[in-house]
Amino acid sequence: MVPPELDQAALVAAAKAGDSRAFEELVRATYADVYTLAHRLTGNEEDARDVVQEAYLRAFKGLKRFRGEARFSTWMYRITANCAATAMGKRARARHDELDEETPLADVRPEHDPEAAADAELLRARLNQALDELPDRLRAVVVLRDVYDLPHAAIADELGISEAAAKVRLHRARRRLRERLFPKLGEENAHAV
Amino acid sequence: MRCEDVSKALPEIVDGAATADLTLRRHVDTCLRCQAELAQYRRLLRSLHHLRTEVLEPAPGLLSDILARVEEAGERRALRSLLSGRRVAYAGAIAAAATAGAAGVVLLARHRRLAQAA
Repeated sequence: MVPPELDQAALVAAAKAGDSRAFEELVRATYADVYTLAHRLTGNEEDARDVVQEAYLRAFKGLKRFRGEARFSTWMYRITANCAATAMGKRARARHDELDEETPLADVRPEHDPEAAADAELLRARLNQALDELPDRLRAVVVLRDVYDLPHAAIADELGISEAAAKVRLHRARRRLRERLFPKLGEENAHAV
Repeated sequence: MRCEDVSKALPEIVDGAATADLTLRRHVDTCLRCQAELAQYRRLLRSLHHLRTEVLEPAPGLLSDILARVEEAGERRALRSLLSGRRVAYAGAIAAAATAGAAGVVLLARHRRLAQAA
């Protein structure tokens, strides 16, 4: 069986040579994954759809510049992150609602149940909810780094921020997620300070 | 070192991107509260990493929308390429016609000179 990365490399080479079927195959192979990332970054279906379409359009136009150092899907993650950052920027401007990283998360959590928290599925559901509730700027960094494993430098590039800022946002996001998922210790800490 | 200082450092060192200094490690080794917090960060990272395997079902019609936009861009590109190719062809034809015209004028002038000399 051909490993997916070799398969993708062959399709990329064919698409670069002008084979539109090959590009279509690349889209088919990756679009659900790219949509998932776009949904995680934007937090809603409508924006995610727009971001995905824009991302593939950019990929198609810029395919000649793709040097194949990373997998095609990783390249798509970067483009998607960039498109999502642009979309979220527009959305924030449209709402005149500057995102404030210091704004506390709405506390809508159900009563903490230690037994339920031990359940991995429930934890995952709560994690998804906690991610949705993070401010866009924090969510983008933690999703790209801790879920999709993109390097700090790539994240900073695509989001148009410095590497240091990307790291600060990442640590802040992790802290908030931990406090949201495991509130008991967080509360104890808060009382102790 | 106080628990609050460790707590601030944990999100950075939990994935090994930054190295914990010796004082911090010694504190965590002996402090149950900080050990618990570190364990929570590790569990959080594992859960985040696990999300990578989750793929959402895209809304129906998304694939065809993507392909339609790409196809449209491809057609525009082909059209531009065709037009720029035609421009080159037109310019070439004009240049050839101009050259032929100039050669004709030269030949005609020479022919007249020869006729006058005769």
